Amino acid sequence: MQLWRSISRLAWRESRTARRRLLLSMSSISLGVGALVAIDSFAANLTSSLREQSRALLGGDIAFAARRPFTPAADSLFDSLSTSGVQLAYSTNFPSMAVIKRTGNTRLVQIRAVSAEYPLYGQITTEPAGKWRELQTGAHALIDPSLLVALDTRVGDTITVGYARFLIAGTVKDVAGTPGIAEMIGPRVFIPARYLAETQLLQFGSTAGYEVLGRTTSPGVAARVSQAVRPRRRALDISVRTAEETEDNVSEAIAQLAQFIGVVGLVALLLGGLGVASGVHAFVARKIDTVAILRCLGATSRQVLAVYVLQAAIMGLVGAAFGVVLGLGMQLLVPMALSDILPVDVSVRPEPSAMLAGLLVGAWVALAFALRPLLALRQISPLQTLRRDADSNVLKMRWRDAPRLLVNAAIAASVVTIAVLRTGSLREGIAMSAGAGAALLLLAASAEFLSWLARKAVRPRWPYVLRQGISNLHRPANQTRPVILALGFGAFLVTTLYVVQSSLLARFSLGVGSSSANVVFFDVQQDQRPGVDSLVLAGAERLVQRAPVVVMRVASINGVLVSDDRIESTPDGPRARWALRREFRSTFRDTLVSSEKLVAGRWDASTRIGSDTSSISVEQDLARDLRLKLGDIVSWDVQGVPVVTRITSLRAVDWNRFEPNFFIVFRPDALAAAPTQFILTAKTLDAGQTARLQRAIVSRFPNVSSIDLSLIQNTIGKIIDRVTVAVRFLALFSLAMAIPVLVSAVAGARRERVREGVLLKTLGATRAQVARVMLAEYTALGVLGSATGLLLAYVAGWAITRFVFETDFAPAIGASLGIAALMIALTVTIGLLAGREVFRETAMAALRSD
Amino acid sequence: MLVATNLTKEYQSGSSSLTALRDVSFSIPQGDLVAISGPSGSGKTTLLGLLAGLDTPTRGTVVLDGDDITAMSEDGRARLRGAKVGFVFQSFQLIPALTALENVQVPLELRGERDVSVRAQELLSRVGLGKRGSHFPAQLSGGEQQRVAIARAFANSPRILFADEPTGNLDGVTGEMIMDTVVELNRESGTTVIIVTHEQTVAARARRLIRLTDGAMVEDRTL
Ligand SMILES: Nc1ncnc2c1ncn2[C@@H]1O[C@H](COP(=O)(O)OP(=O)(O)OP(=O)(O)O)[C@@H](O)[C@H]1O
Ligand SMILES: [Mg+2]
Repeated sequence: MQLWRSISRLAWRESRTARRRLLLSMSSISLGVGALVAIDSFAANLTSSLREQSRALLGGDIAFAARRPFTPAADSLFDSLSTSGVQLAYSTNFPSMAVIKRTGNTRLVQIRAVSAEYPLYGQITTEPAGKWRELQTGAHALIDPSLLVALDTRVGDTITVGYARFLIAGTVKDVAGTPGIAEMIGPRVFIPARYLAETQLLQFGSTAGYEVLGRTTSPGVAARVSQAVRPRRRALDISVRTAEETEDNVSEAIAQLAQFIGVVGLVALLLGGLGVASGVHAFVARKIDTVAILRCLGATSRQVLAVYVLQAAIMGLVGAAFGVVLGLGMQLLVPMALSDILPVDVSVRPEPSAMLAGLLVGAWVALAFALRPLLALRQISPLQTLRRDADSNVLKMRWRDAPRLLVNAAIAASVVTIAVLRTGSLREGIAMSAGAGAALLLLAASAEFLSWLARKAVRPRWPYVLRQGISNLHRPANQTRPVILALGFGAFLVTTLYVVQSSLLARFSLGVGSSSANVVFFDVQQDQRPGVDSLVLAGAERLVQRAPVVVMRVASINGVLVSDDRIESTPDGPRARWALRREFRSTFRDTLVSSEKLVAGRWDASTRIGSDTSSISVEQDLARDLRLKLGDIVSWDVQGVPVVTRITSLRAVDWNRFEPNFFIVFRPDALAAAPTQFILTAKTLDAGQTARLQRAIVSRFPNVSSIDLSLIQNTIGKIIDRVTVAVRFLALFSLAMAIPVLVSAVAGARRERVREGVLLKTLGATRAQVARVMLAEYTALGVLGSATGLLLAYVAGWAITRFVFETDFAPAIGASLGIAALMIALTVTIGLLAGREVFRETAMAALRSD
Repeated sequence: MLVATNLTKEYQSGSSSLTALRDVSFSIPQGDLVAISGPSGSGKTTLLGLLAGLDTPTRGTVVLDGDDITAMSEDGRARLRGAKVGFVFQSFQLIPALTALENVQVPLELRGERDVSVRAQELLSRVGLGKRGSHFPAQLSGGEQQRVAIARAFANSPRILFADEPTGNLDGVTGEMIMDTVVELNRESGTTVIIVTHEQTVAARARRLIRLTDGAMVEDRTL
């Protein structure tokens, strides 16, 4: 006991001169800890905010939805709910063109026709305030603020929707339960439900969502109703959700997102561990003399180890604690950055469990990585007091040293454990650790390669400073490995982020750019087709495509009737269930279009299979979800009329193209009698022509909606901007993370470099010459480190885009080279800064100081 | 009693081997004051390292008070050093992060003793540095540092003190003062003292002189 007190007192006193330096090494861990704490706390904040606001998110305790007017059976269900005390609110949502009477401007908007009870929970704030209550008092509309600009309108204008006119009473500022980004995708126009009929837009077959929200008197009622309705969903033709289910779904999505981002935090932690290891290595080298003296004075190797492990553990704890504070700061920033895309208002509060976990994990990782170099202290011989060897000889460890193997195993086990706990899956955790390990191995190998190259490549006729600088890469006490590791890992992280981002963005712009049409008209009814056709032909450059659309559902597959029971019991998973319930908007034609490719079977429009069976082509992913194969018989319910088909081909469809695409394509004659709508795409010369055409069509056919490609491009552009900001932030964060690690790595050889530089100066070298020696060394390190990092990043980026996002890999060469240049500059700067004593001090002073 | 028998130390560097010490045997009774001298490279430091148990010989044994230290583990020898051995070095070897007083306390603390500062203060006063306890090594002159080192060496009341060129980095007058302190402590505490030196004046204050040349003992006489 007394001994322990003495040891800790000695540890404390002995740390006097090294505390700052040791803390700097340990701060490598801080950013990683900060990331983990911020992510975990934020996810917990989000989840609890979600719990508090889940009813506002759904709009009620329970919600029923349908894609067509409620059936009488559904209506009677609502009546019975109403009489049993459930308060109901109705909302009908559909896209439509809105026209401003004063200016004639028109744009596709999302109409929300709501009943007086809406919303049952949460609040809708308006500008000017209090307008929500006035909405129902007349033919009023409340619109999203972005429409003020898009339609060049103002409060007090008249807005036309279909055949009805509304007075714009104000704008909606905050609608509970919808993220800000929703406005960007489809700006909303709220109107009173009782004016819905006046618009005359909900003709048979129009795309609309019908929603009934319920507010129950006691908890549990919603769940019971949901349980009762669930098995009859197809019969009632509705879907049902409760607030709790919504909460569960969203929480799960958040948990997955947090796990994904948590992986970045994990890598940060790992990188921090490396920084700790190289910083502590340098620290250990400075302690050789002291340890040798202690050994002479009778300290056992365990006592010596205890002194320094104690110092490292405490500093590791301080570094981790600093990380926790940093995490709290970041946690405050995240909701600000994400407020637009989150469905709820997140209330930020500290999460003690996340903070504690971050502290412990950080301190443990710091200690584990510090132990590796610290173990070398055990073998410092007291003989070093009489005859001092070179640092690297003193600290050289046997590979098969048992405690060292144990520490290595502990590090590996900790990394895997943390990875598994964070990813929540054994396989992913192991794969992730293996990936990080492989990256480290490759970096270590390229460090060896650089040393080898430096030994081989130096030529006597090179200028002296270059030879000297390059030789430093392989001479004893070189810093090649730690610097390459830190630098390469940093470059790897940042570049991976960039190439993944650029691949994702390339996919968007490709999809938009390769389409030949730039404006699309939909909901064109059969009797409107000739009129719309002639308007388009007159007002646009070209009518690109005209596709008929027929709405239908699956009635039976290979003779097996699709029913509620059948859907509930299918073993094929949620996507199959969704496909069996959904309404398909199918087309018929006799040729393939450019966005499709035949992958199986034959495209043969003239095949007639018997008198009442016609052939169809199915999109391959849907076929996979429903386990459909060539030759299967699918019968369809086409708005009451049965149509029997056989699958004769499968297609791959590029959904990203700005073209009407379909899951199911029929033979032209098979659906001749079915109620049909049309989608038209057209090419116009400029925005002016598009606007004129849209106006002309909406004034004659108010139910025909249209959308301008440039609007979509705009929206995508805005989303891309958000993503870019987020990626920049992450990249900056990774870079910030690399700096303390790099500093720690350089610290290892700092003393040797300073000593050597001073010696050169005593021998007559100018400062510029000494600087050039350093420049040569750090440039070589920077170039190879970044090159290896880039190579790793391309491999990782390719794998991520290929297997996670399932899209093509688009290398961001320019950005990568920029990152590489930045990393090289960073290395040289840190290197020269670390060696600045050489330039500042006189030769004598520097020689004496050590 | 320190007994060295057939001490031999060979260094292997690559394929060539170098014999730094060859078959050295002697015994030193408790309380003696011995000087080891010889030309540079003759093996003095090597011998001292072996006698103090800082290094292991290629052949031969060192027995201190009946314990064969060449057969002990490194940590066993460390404990023995803590209990019985003191050191003074040419380059002082104070721990730079600790004050003079704390440096003197270290051997006592490593043995888990209590109230160590009182005893350490006493020792500092004995070497004439009672008022400099709170100074760090960098704030002391070479001679003062060496006196702190001597105070530290005597902190654990060692049975034997080893000194490698203790005056090598000091001027003649200061060196004399250091030797005065060592001789006085040797007389008062009965500690055996073994000093490696090539200075005539230092060797002259010993009671016995062992001379090495090329790793072999060429002279052993009582003065
Ligand atoms: N680790 C080693 N490896 C190889 N040879 C060594 C080693 N240590 C010492 N030697 C050699 O052993 C011989 C004796 O060295 P030692 O240091 O004991 O001499 P010394 O008498 O103390 O000399 P000085 O008076 O110069 O200090 C020298 O030739 C030296 O080069
Ligand atoms: Mg010597």
